[in-house]
Amino acid sequence: MSVFWSIVVTIVILLNIIGCYLLIRWVAKPNKGEAKRGEATGHVWDDDLMELNNPMPRWWLYMFYITIVWGLIYLLMYPGFGNYPGLLGWTSDKKYSDEVSAANEAYGPIFSKYAETPIIELSEIKEANLVGQRLFVNYCAQCHGSDAGGSRGFPNLTDNDWIWGGSPADIKHSIANGRHAAMAAWGSILKPIQIEYLADHLMSLTGRKHKATDAQRGKELFASYCAACHKADATGNPLLGAPNLADKIWLYGASRNKIIESITKGRTGQMPAHMNFLGEDKVHILTAYVYSLSSH
Amino acid sequence: MSHEKVETNIGLMMILIVLVISVGGLIEIVPLFFLKKTTEPVSGLMPYNSLQLAGRDVYVHEGCYGCHSQMVRPFRAETERYGHYSLAGEFVYDRPFQWGSKRTGPDLQRVGGRYSDDWHRLHLTNPRLVVPESNMPAYPWLNENMVDGELIADKMRVLRILNTPYTDEDIANAPASVEGKTEMDALIAYLQVLGIHVSTRR
Repeated sequence: MSVFWSIVVTIVILLNIIGCYLLIRWVAKPNKGEAKRGEATGHVWDDDLMELNNPMPRWWLYMFYITIVWGLIYLLMYPGFGNYPGLLGWTSDKKYSDEVSAANEAYGPIFSKYAETPIIELSEIKEANLVGQRLFVNYCAQCHGSDAGGSRGFPNLTDNDWIWGGSPADIKHSIANGRHAAMAAWGSILKPIQIEYLADHLMSLTGRKHKATDAQRGKELFASYCAACHKADATGNPLLGAPNLADKIWLYGASRNKIIESITKGRTGQMPAHMNFLGEDKVHILTAYVYSLSSH
Repeated sequence: MSHEKVETNIGLMMILIVLVISVGGLIEIVPLFFLKKTTEPVSGLMPYNSLQLAGRDVYVHEGCYGCHSQMVRPFRAETERYGHYSLAGEFVYDRPFQWGSKRTGPDLQRVGGRYSDDWHRLHLTNPRLVVPESNMPAYPWLNENMVDGELIADKMRVLRILNTPYTDEDIANAPASVEGKTEMDALIAYLQVLGIHVSTRR
């Protein structure tokens, strides 16, 4: 703060303390024209209730003085007088960074000792997985669920079906840098009947109820509109985050209606990046934990 | 001056009480109005755009502040969970700030970018869809209520009087930019910019 405000603050604090002292002195000492000690002050309530002019108990009075002395010592040791830093050099920033570095010293090794262990090996270590599970519950469960089973729109991490690839490096990339999948909305490009054909084609891939002729039309449409991302055989492309459409796992719902909705309106899948927030060591352990969920 | 004079003269007593209690405000609050650290935005901070501003009002009128704070305190336990502690310069365009005082739910000051838009949409429509243990109320009507574009322009004009740097163009475009947007869209837009200008780096 500026020198001006620093001085203002200092002066107001000092005046306040001096004021407190004078106030105590004033009420503690007998004043002119006051009733004598032990006699009624003249205040009368409810006919006969009177106040006697007794001195304040000494121990009580001294507590006020002690408070003032304590306040002055405190202001000398800690920052209070404007820009004066105090003899102890205390700042909230420093207190915070001390707390963090003490914790990093104490807990850092717990995370960093696994930093050099390869993911696959790490995923077999029970203790590391317990650490990973706690991290997961804290930072990942809001979307993927505390059992990592996912929910509609948020992938199941336990089924060994990976939209962005399931290798340790792929998983780590997903956690550290996030992912952003964008399925275009085809509702404005394709006719509703064409989208129905496509749905029939996709239903046919997993042997579900469909009209064979419609599915054949859908297959042709698929080749020209969808195969670029989902591949001609609809097995998907992890490089683009295009899911496999030929299996029974459907992120946004498997019903015919949901498939039509996905094609018509498009979908955006977004995994936020966590590297800055969690740091390399924790991301490493989390990767191993997530890897372990489907590797056993 | 005797004790009796103060005790029996209510006007004098009021003046003396005001004098005594103004000391704290004088030294703790007034200097902050003149500190750059508290009056200047942190680097990168932009005024809320029209949609985010509308979302902020949804946040207020739905009473989100009753259960969520927007103030990460400088303690390790908080920064581990939420990210960098809050800085005064992050709130210069908040009138008034939404620091809150109660955390029935988590702090939201660094929620921007933590979840996807889809997640927020599901979670606000019914929190149990994504977090089974959640006791947060559902807000499904946000999907139906539309944002009032003319009102937003008026609000931006008022904020400009209070020194929020909106341009004429911002205000002129405001009604069009929230056209067809629901309160849900607005609230999510607001949540996604919360606290994104200061990040924890490790």
